[in-house]
Amino acid sequence: MIYRESGQYKTSYVNDSQIFPIKQDRYAVLAIIAFAFLVIPFIATPYFFSAILIPFLIFSLAALGLNILTGYAGQISLGTAAFMAVGAFASYNFMLRVPGMPILLAFILGGVCAAIVGIIFGLPSLRIRGFYLAASTLATQFFVVWCLTKVPWFTNNSSSGVITAQQIQILGFKFDSPQEKYLLVLAIVCVLALLAKNMVRSTVGRSWMAVRDMDVAAEVIGFRIMKTKLTAFAVSSFYCGVAGALYAFCYLGTVEPEAYNLDLSFRILFMVIIGGLGSILGSFFGAGFIVLLPIFLSFVVHATGLPNSVTSNVELMVFGALIIFFLIVEPHGLARLWQIGKEKLRLWPFPH
Amino acid sequence: MSDSGNRKIGDVILKVDNISLSFGGVKALTNISFDVREHEIRAIIGPNGAGKSSMLNVINGVYLPQEGTITYRGEQRRDMNTHAAAASGIARTFQNIALFTGMTVLDNIMTGRNLKVKATFLEQALWIGRARKEEMEHRRVVEEIIDFLQLQHVRKTPVARLPYGIKKRVELARALAAEPTMLLLDEPMAGMNVEEKQDMCRFVLDTNDQFGTTIVLIEHDMGVVMDISDRVAVLDYGKKIGDGTPAEVRSNPDVIKAYLGAH
Repeated sequence: MIYRESGQYKTSYVNDSQIFPIKQDRYAVLAIIAFAFLVIPFIATPYFFSAILIPFLIFSLAALGLNILTGYAGQISLGTAAFMAVGAFASYNFMLRVPGMPILLAFILGGVCAAIVGIIFGLPSLRIRGFYLAASTLATQFFVVWCLTKVPWFTNNSSSGVITAQQIQILGFKFDSPQEKYLLVLAIVCVLALLAKNMVRSTVGRSWMAVRDMDVAAEVIGFRIMKTKLTAFAVSSFYCGVAGALYAFCYLGTVEPEAYNLDLSFRILFMVIIGGLGSILGSFFGAGFIVLLPIFLSFVVHATGLPNSVTSNVELMVFGALIIFFLIVEPHGLARLWQIGKEKLRLWPFPH
Repeated sequence: MSDSGNRKIGDVILKVDNISLSFGGVKALTNISFDVREHEIRAIIGPNGAGKSSMLNVINGVYLPQEGTITYRGEQRRDMNTHAAAASGIARTFQNIALFTGMTVLDNIMTGRNLKVKATFLEQALWIGRARKEEMEHRRVVEEIIDFLQLQHVRKTPVARLPYGIKKRVELARALAAEPTMLLLDEPMAGMNVEEKQDMCRFVLDTNDQFGTTIVLIEHDMGVVMDISDRVAVLDYGKKIGDGTPAEVRSNPDVIKAYLGAH
């Protein structure tokens, strides 16, 4: 009854192309963001910040990056973690080697480095697609991790190959506690999510979707396929790079190249598939599902009082079953499920 | 005949000379020459596999012919590329609908405006400056086309959910969004029922009449072709076997032979 758009007339195209055209959505999202910024920092425990909220936000950002490439531009990538690694290690080296480097700039430059690597490894996409492209992005994954492990300069000659992320300091303010780091990550994720939304609702985004859906037609109406695909690789890798840097600086603290292995790439790909391809909101749903569900499950399973050896396996089985269940119920991901729910809600409780 | 309006057929706008195109050993087009005059509706007909679609693909740069030249608005070239063709005002629709199925009707038509977008990537990401203003400006033009082709009711529907006839219309809308000087229509009425065909004919004629768009049309429905086109070129096995007004083509013995297989 409350979720209605009746009476909300759009009298200009500006009004009609808002990010959340329905008033209730707009207020709900604003309320969630306000809650995340103003209330959560005061009520959450340090464990909650560093084990749940920070990884959730960072994975959302990485999933958003991959979603731009795979969901919007239709280019499958298995190299997400590699782009994250480039972002992390580039940021680390910028901080290390450039005196007085502001940390936010280092994150951005880390993202730019990832974007450059993304463009280089995106070049095969001009000739190949689908599974073959996925296989070639797999090369990115192995090459980057190998390169970071073998060239000691990247890890500042650390004997174990492990780097310790520098302290985060912005305008003299130190971000030490999980709470402060959470706020920093949240702010960055909000800004980048907004930019991504703007991209997908303007010509850039339409060019990605056009190439995804029908590349010959896209070319005939004037999109440049090469530019479009490489832009998608660059933007996607930038997002992954920033996410990788945050992963090192705000979540792990000390990190080795192996942390960004194929496993992580697959996890992020699952997030995108489960959350919903081609949906910004879906990236957050997917990250929430993959990050939060195992924690929730372990909580529930442990409460049953079964022995430890049993519970850890039960967790994995239930998790796997749930993924399969959701994909059968809605192959287009949680975002579509959410959308269908909203459409139903608009009519509820009336039958038509 | 479609000389109902007061449109004036002008000079030759497109001229193809001695075009030959082959794929390996298969000759798709052999030594084809014809011209298209400004503001006219020019039909290309022929049996299946005659090379009609290949001809359109050569005109807008999807295929590169081995021999021959294309002269479009006084500019002669052999290697027309798709981007250059689109930029010089050639738009087209496809035989098998080539819409962007994951996008809404509105977004599909908006893609047709892409060459007129000047905002940089950064402006679009930040939704500032030209990006926002242009978006609204393009939206206004697109809405006019939506009105023109009567697509208001499906504006925000994803294309995948639309019936066939409407999809064909959306594809025409996307082509029109580019405000083309020449429109290549590849079987716009294929697979339609009589009413849908009538609607489509009306839209094609209106486009020609209101915007002065030159139209090159491939169609199998002879009734439609004879009714709406000014001149007809007939292809068979990649060769041109007839050219002229509908009446001339209809009485051309080669054309009758190709179609009816008569002696």
